[in-house]
Amino acid sequence: MMRLPRFQYFAPRTLKDAAGLLSHWGPEASLVAGGTDLWPNMKRRQFTPTRVIGLRGVPELHAITGSPSTGMTVGAMISLTALERHDGVAAMWPALAHAARLISTPPLRNMGTLGGNLCLDTRCNYWNQTLEWRKSIDFCLKKAGSICWVATSSPRCWAVSSSDTAPVLCAIGAEVTLLSTEGERRIPVTQLFRDDGIEYLNKRSNEILTAVHLPPNGGEWRASYRKLRRRGSFDFPVLGVAAAARLDRGVVVEARIVLTGVGSRPHEATEAAEALVGKRLDDPAAVATAVERAARLAKPLDNTDFALGWRKEMSRHHVAAAIADLAAAG
Amino acid sequence: MATDLIPLGDPSLRQKVRLELVVNEERRDLVIDGYKSLLELLREELQLTGTKHGCELGECGACAVLLDGQLVLSCLVAAVECDGRSVQTVEGMQNGPTLHPLQSCFADAGAAQCGYCTPGFLLAAKELLERKPDATRAEIAEALSGQLCRCTGYLQIFEAVEAAAAQLRGGR
Amino acid sequence: MSEHRVIGKPLRRVDGRAKVTGQTRFADDLSLPGMLHMKLLRSTLPHARILAVDASRALALPGVKLVLTGADFPIPFGILPVSQDEHALCTDRVRFVGDPVAAVIAVDELTAYEATALIDVRYEPLATIADSEEALATPEPRLHDYGDDGNVHKRIAFDFGDVDGAMAKSERVFEDLAFFSGNTHLPIEQHATLAYVDGDGKLVVASSTQTPHYLHRALAKVLQLRAAHIRVIATPNGGGFGGKSDPFNHEIVAARAALVTGRPVKIALTREEVFYCHRGRHPVLMKVRTGVRKTERGFEIVGQELETLLDGGAYGSYGVASTFYTGALQTVTYRIPHYRFRGCRTFTNKPPCGPKRGHGTPQPRFLLEVHIDKICTALGIDPAAWRIDNAVPPDSLTANWLRVSSTGLVRCIEAVVKASGWNERRGQLRGDGGVARGLGLACSSYLCGAGLPIYWNELPHSGVQLQLDRSGRVTAFSGATEIGQGSDNVLVAIVAEVLGIDPLDVRCVTGDTDLTPVDLGSYSSRVTLMMGNAAIEAAERARLLLAGAVAEKLNVPASRLVFADRRVFDSEAPENGVEFAVAVQLAEAKHGTLGTTGSYRPPKSPGDYKGAGVGPSPAYSYSAAVVEVEVDPATGWLRVPKIWVAHDIGRAINPVLARGQVEGSVYMGLGEALMEEQAYRRLPPKLSGAHVHKFPSLLEYKSPGTLDMPDVETILIEEPDPNGPFGAKEVGQGPLLPIMPAVANAVFDAVGVRIDEVPITPEKIAKALASTSRRYGPTRFPTIAWPEPLVVPTPADGGDGKATNERPRKRELARGAVIAPPVEGKQP
Repeated sequence: MMRLPRFQYFAPRTLKDAAGLLSHWGPEASLVAGGTDLWPNMKRRQFTPTRVIGLRGVPELHAITGSPSTGMTVGAMISLTALERHDGVAAMWPALAHAARLISTPPLRNMGTLGGNLCLDTRCNYWNQTLEWRKSIDFCLKKAGSICWVATSSPRCWAVSSSDTAPVLCAIGAEVTLLSTEGERRIPVTQLFRDDGIEYLNKRSNEILTAVHLPPNGGEWRASYRKLRRRGSFDFPVLGVAAAARLDRGVVVEARIVLTGVGSRPHEATEAAEALVGKRLDDPAAVATAVERAARLAKPLDNTDFALGWRKEMSRHHVAAAIADLAAAG
Repeated sequence: MATDLIPLGDPSLRQKVRLELVVNEERRDLVIDGYKSLLELLREELQLTGTKHGCELGECGACAVLLDGQLVLSCLVAAVECDGRSVQTVEGMQNGPTLHPLQSCFADAGAAQCGYCTPGFLLAAKELLERKPDATRAEIAEALSGQLCRCTGYLQIFEAVEAAAAQLRGGR
Repeated sequence: MSEHRVIGKPLRRVDGRAKVTGQTRFADDLSLPGMLHMKLLRSTLPHARILAVDASRALALPGVKLVLTGADFPIPFGILPVSQDEHALCTDRVRFVGDPVAAVIAVDELTAYEATALIDVRYEPLATIADSEEALATPEPRLHDYGDDGNVHKRIAFDFGDVDGAMAKSERVFEDLAFFSGNTHLPIEQHATLAYVDGDGKLVVASSTQTPHYLHRALAKVLQLRAAHIRVIATPNGGGFGGKSDPFNHEIVAARAALVTGRPVKIALTREEVFYCHRGRHPVLMKVRTGVRKTERGFEIVGQELETLLDGGAYGSYGVASTFYTGALQTVTYRIPHYRFRGCRTFTNKPPCGPKRGHGTPQPRFLLEVHIDKICTALGIDPAAWRIDNAVPPDSLTANWLRVSSTGLVRCIEAVVKASGWNERRGQLRGDGGVARGLGLACSSYLCGAGLPIYWNELPHSGVQLQLDRSGRVTAFSGATEIGQGSDNVLVAIVAEVLGIDPLDVRCVTGDTDLTPVDLGSYSSRVTLMMGNAAIEAAERARLLLAGAVAEKLNVPASRLVFADRRVFDSEAPENGVEFAVAVQLAEAKHGTLGTTGSYRPPKSPGDYKGAGVGPSPAYSYSAAVVEVEVDPATGWLRVPKIWVAHDIGRAINPVLARGQVEGSVYMGLGEALMEEQAYRRLPPKLSGAHVHKFPSLLEYKSPGTLDMPDVETILIEEPDPNGPFGAKEVGQGPLLPIMPAVANAVFDAVGVRIDEVPITPEKIAKALASTSRRYGPTRFPTIAWPEPLVVPTPADGGDGKATNERPRKRELARGAVIAPPVEGKQP
């Protein structure tokens, strides 16, 4: 049986205590929310923190507040199941509920949290392996090795951003609150991520992601999410496309397209989205331009499921499908 | 070297933890190694070996149990996080000598071949039927989509859940 | 048959209740006081010489009790007598990433694991071989110092009849190539073993094994213990599918550890380690040439040539048998009057391949069923009609001397053609929203137990003992192993049927070498037929004893007695009878303590050439499947919404369980067809010598889930076989075989491209759609230096089952002295 390494567990009851513990133990410590990412990674000895700070006992992380007219705040410890079944969230941003429903499997959605899904470690099939397997390739750039086996001459790690909620939250303009002993700050989700497989978050090591703020939506915004994976459950996105648009009398006023699974962070296809502005969502020329521009951003590498050439081709298809979903959402 | 990546010897890491939890409606007071998962707690501390394991990484569903009524994978729940909580395993499904309708329907419909994934399927189905007593075939397939079975091809499992749902709705 | 009370009835399986209550005790569910835990240190190099193993740091870790290394296991083992090439721990060489080098035994599993990292192994890396073509091209360094030559484990060549003459006379010759990727069994239960020394000082090994008898042999050999002093208990297997059919290194090491420490020792493998045990489907590259001649209704095959190249991995395992199986069973489906077969297995630096559900047969079946589809398309003939016209007839001999007794193949084809609307819908389906739809058909046949045992001898393949108690309870003892397929249920059902009692009155004790007579194991779909026949014999002998005693008591002829409803009574006066328990008491008073035995040995096969041992079976099952697919021509995305499958089972002992075996086979076949692949990765040689399993995990090895399973319509065809118990034939493996080719044929029907490689993935379909050849698959078969073929005249040629050019064989390896006389063939 795969077992966890030995660790000391802390169960703070307040955010202040949690931040204090994190600050005290520094890099020796990891935060755990639902545990569906950290525990397997620890069992594979990808990470061996000696202190683990559990957030489940902190009450303020478990609330959803607000309304579609004011926007909503979702506590980081809200489970993916609770998120997808929350009437307010589903009414305001159905694409977010949809993306949450596509994550992994029902028991893992019961356990996994929105905060955890945003902070999900980048994935790579040279990395999500046991210690012994990684030793047999002499490790990799992400940890203990000197070469990124995905791109051997690369100075950077190409592990893949694999969160299903992140691209949707980027597309709808959500924000997150980060808290540490030094205080609190609120940043757009788009700024939470960095294009690096190792340092993939702009979250300082002493910060806790406490809440996700969903912008208000009285129906002027539409959003969609398309996910590519081999099976109907279990699998992480090999490609995910989130799209969002604000329309005025059928004409796009504002649009965002975000791709995941094809880089170390969710990639916002700004130029692609711009092609839709001022056009109708079923304008074939505008859609074709958006698809071409978005697909150019997708640079899949050989470190997930499916052949990479085909994945590149599928990004075209999925961007078109996500835009078609937007058009149909009206 | 690989050795450096496995922490050894820090006495603070070898501490035992004390837990109180309810398992199958019985209160348990335990002192266990802090690194153990709920799966290890059930199988090794309580000898409740009905809960199985197929990967210990959350990739198969064999270890599913109900934790405070919710379907979870016991391999990815730290035992230390179960203090004060309530767990139900396959051993807690029957009512005295009487099988739960899901259990009898699984046994009759061929839903258990090797039987190794069965406890996880039973608990996933139980959680579903408590939430949706008249679940459709599609909802059953969705609710069981975190459980892998290599023997049956799932169809007899779906039929067993449907038969049990009918029995439960009939109040039997 | 209405007179049966148990056989054919959808009763709850005998082990059903235990499995839904969590009471079934799988190997890792066992624990004993004072038990120690074991972990294996496995090689992180794909090929290397072991220079030194230093365990001193591990032994110094508190809680560590023992470290074992290759030096503790000088004697090799292996499932086949001809491939004794494994050591429980590697002695001087590691041959793949995952090969076990040392074992740590400690007070708990975490300590044992932590200690493995403290063992220092010095290696001298060696060049690696990644696949079979590389093995052919790279004779040095050799992985083993046995085998045909270089890194070729085995080459075989046969000509059945005048194949060249037949091909020359054919009107057209069709040629095809295909590649079948390797895949693995993936039982949800990871292998586990508990070994201990019993109170009488003897070794007990309880293990998740499909073959306790062969584990028993391996333990006796490697540990140099008297076999009579070793007890092997096969725990119920949490899925096997062939993956627990070899004796495994961890089983032997745990046994030695228990003997050395005097304490119970358990090892439970991780999922990654299960991928390293493997013994799964061989990757096979194949080439076929078929000569055909036009007939009134279409065409017939005049001759066929098949070449197979198997990538065997690092050890022999069942590989020699697997190699034969890639050729042997191709003749029992459709008439092939002249047949040439060449097979070659190579060694490569990967976990060893072996027997997975269908053992060696699915790969060529895929090629041949797609090949037939292509020929039919080229000649404008309905592939269903062709198959019906050309099915091997019952009571016939094939060109390679396999005796087919019953066959329900034609009925199977007719059933799926009707159920699927084949005649109306094939080539006519239209999809929605740009999606194309298509239907594909394929057929197959499979063994009901290998005709020859692994160790050639005159002993029974299966034995059953019955013990009858005064209470009316009967205990059935059998060495057969319950792996989920329902073998315990077959045993109980047959005994209950023959003795006219309730299945609940029968207790079964199975898979325990101390308590039960030998059954060779749960492999080659042999248990229902072989154990079933042994059970019938034992039960009929018991009935005879009871009938004699009851006949005296009732004063009626024994021949008039009926055993039913827990009574023994006069068929002419049913009220005149006794309770079954009374019948037992009468017989016990008459004869003393009651017990009977039954045993089974398959009939001799008429083939008598070297190699004739692989392929013969007392009976063959038949299957046909139609698969419906949806393909998105823009992306290649493939979905299977529906499958119709008909299986000729002879007689269903229990129709619920039989349907479960069919659907489980369809499921596993569909996984192979669409997504499963045991893939490896070699890092750029300039930078690294690494060669690893690409993703030894349940997340990345794709096994279909509930949302990936199509609707399946299962039709059981009951064409009773004279050799089967109550006419029963196998059902656990055969129905897997047609699924992969039926998917490929359906993809062609939908979008007009040929995918000649399994798995059939969207990427491959997209490539084929974009190519001018409209095909994805291998384009060449390497030149192999085949040995001189054994030339065996066919039955139709007036042959006698012998080869014309065979050198005399060692007699102990020959097929026994009694050879069946040549049979008048009904072959074309």
